[in-house]
Formats: sequence, C-alpha cells, structure tokens
Amino acid sequence: MPDEYASGPAPEEAGPLVRPYVMTWGRQRSDTVQLDMISVVIAARADVDEMSLEPEQVDILSLCHRPLSVAEVSAHLDIPVAVVKVLLSDLIGRGYVLARAPYTTESPVSRDILQAVLDGIQRL
Amino acid sequence: MASNDSDRPAETGPIPSAIKILVAGGFGAGKTTMVGSVSEISPLSTEELMTEASLGVDDLDGVEEKTTTTVALDFGRITISAELVLYLFGTPGQQRFWFMWDELALGSLGAVVLADTRRLDTCFPSVDFFERRGIPFIVAVNCFDGAYRYEPEEVREALSIADGIPIVLCDARVRDSSKEVLITLVQHVVATMAVVG
Ligand SMILES: Nc1nc2c(ncn2[C@@H]2O[C@H](COP(=O)(O)OP(=O)(O)OP(=O)(O)O)[C@@H](O)[C@H]2O)c(=O)[nH]1
Ligand SMILES: [Mg+2]
Repeated sequence: MPDEYASGPAPEEAGPLVRPYVMTWGRQRSDTVQLDMISVVIAARADVDEMSLEPEQVDILSLCHRPLSVAEVSAHLDIPVAVVKVLLSDLIGRGYVLARAPYTTESPVSRDILQAVLDGIQRL
Repeated sequence: MASNDSDRPAETGPIPSAIKILVAGGFGAGKTTMVGSVSEISPLSTEELMTEASLGVDDLDGVEEKTTTTVALDFGRITISAELVLYLFGTPGQQRFWFMWDELALGSLGAVVLADTRRLDTCFPSVDFFERRGIPFIVAVNCFDGAYRYEPEEVREALSIADGIPIVLCDARVRDSSKEVLITLVQHVVATMAVVG
C-alpha cells in the first residue's frame, strides 16, 4: 500500500494522485468531496462494516471519534494528506464520516469569529 | 473500537469549524518553535507528496523524469471553543517549496513573518508573498542570543515594510511572547477589515 502512494503523481492538483488510487478500489466517484487540510472530520456511525474498508480507513474511524482536522489525521497515522483526503472522501460518501469545511476566503470571517479567536489566544 | 467512547460517535455535538494562521520566515527562523510554544498539542508534522517536476526543477524536457519527494509541514492546535479550532502552520523554509504556499495560504486568517535577527533578509520573500496575495501579516523579530538587537523601525526600514504593518520583537520560545505576536496579528486583521469594509 505505501508503494501505491509513492508511485502516484503530484498531489497538489488533487486529481492525479487521487484518481488512480480510488480506481484501484473500482469505485471512482464523480462526487468526490472537496476536503481541505483543515476540514474537520468526525466518525458518524457505530455500525461499521470493517471488512469493506481499507485498513487505513478503519484506523481513521477509530481516530475520529473526536473531531480532528485532515492534517491531524495525516500526522497521527503518518499517511500523506492527499491520500488521507481520498480515504476520507470514500468514508464520507458511505456516511461513515461527517466533515465540516473550514473558514476560507469564500466564507469570510466575521468580527465575532475574530473576537473569539482573540479571546481564545488570550486565555492560553 | 472497543471503548465505549468510540461506540457512540453518533452522539457527538456540533463539528467545529477550523481556521488557520501561518507562521512563515526563512530557514531556521524559529517557526516550529513558535508553533510549539502556543500549541495545546506538541507540534505535529504531516507530509505532502510531490514530484520534482511540479517543483519546477529541471522540467524543461517535459514530464518524463518525475521523482517523488516529500515536504513536511509542522502545525499546532488551539481549541477556541466547541465550534472553533485554530490551527497554526509553520510554512516550509525551503525556497523550492514555495509553490505549496498557495494551498497553505488559501483561506488563512493571516500570517506571522518571523524575521531572524542573524539574517534579516531571509524573511523578505515571505513578506513579498503575503503582500502580493493581499494576506494580512505582521512581522515578528525573533531575537537570537548574541545577534544585533534591532529596533522595530530599523527592521521596517531594512525590509521596506509598509507603515500600517505592525512589527514586534519576540522570543519564539516563550509562550507569552508568542501569544502577544498572535494577538497583534489578529488585531491587525480586525483593523484591516475595518479599512476594507
Ligand atoms: N535564542 C533563540 N533561539 C531560538 C528562538 N526561536 C528559535 N530558536 C532556536 O533556533 C533553532 C531553530 O528553530 P526552529 O523553530 O526549528 O526554526 P524553523 O523556522 O522551524 O526552522 P526550519 O523549519 O528548519 O526552517 C532552534 O534550535 C530553536 O531552539 C528565539 O527566539 N531565541
Ligand atoms: Mg521548522
């Protein structure tokens, strides 16, 4: 499995690495979820058919019983971010994982959020 | 999956939304140190795979000779509330990985550019990057032992930093100092928003 990651093409365009990887499962999706490095994910269900999952996906599910970012999942499991995104997209597609998009330039940050961030840093 | 906790994930509350701040600067400027001094977890490291061709190195002949390499990103976490988590990302110091910054920079709240007093000019490309993309940033001068102690205005002059951009002195190893830096950044972001709209 690690060899498959390593031989994939560039991840930063998301497509090239992602697609061959997904195709090895024979269920390439056109509705692949757009995940960011700081999208937050959490396991959504307890009744998981582990036999139908990649071992790494089972690891992801047990890690994500609390909300974690894609970057944290990648760091904890030592799997590259681009690969984690593919594994997660599939889990999301099956309803095993819920994701929340981060604040981005398309969802401008409100003054309330900024104040909350300030307060949070001050409390450290 | 044996613990009770993981057996009832469906009962979890709202999923928090995340926001990020970048810590940039030259090689060895103290980026990882700053992330670690304020993070509630020890800094994590994640790697991105990329090909040499996408690095723009020796790719004049097309895409035949791609070799895969990895770039490590350090990051830390500050949980603001049940609905909001702040991530701090240290950007890769090496110049050839700058192209990655676009993904990193996308949607970030703002950036701290760490200036290393032993070699001030190494932070200039970071300053340039955030200026070009209109990402709010401040300059934090990391005072290394034995190095010349700059006044903020000397740094402003040396790096041609615009007047409205805060410049603060810091010690990235000290949590309170790094906190002050982040607070200055967020206040600057608020001020920038006030001007824009
Ligand atoms: N005296 C002093 N030393 C510092 C300070 N900040 C960092 N250092 C030291 O400088 C060295 C480099 O710090 P790092 O945090 O690894 O720097 P970096 O920017 O992450 O480095 P790269 O990721 O390799 O570019 C470490 O040995 C730190 O302990 C500071 O404010 N004062
Ligand atoms: Mg570092």
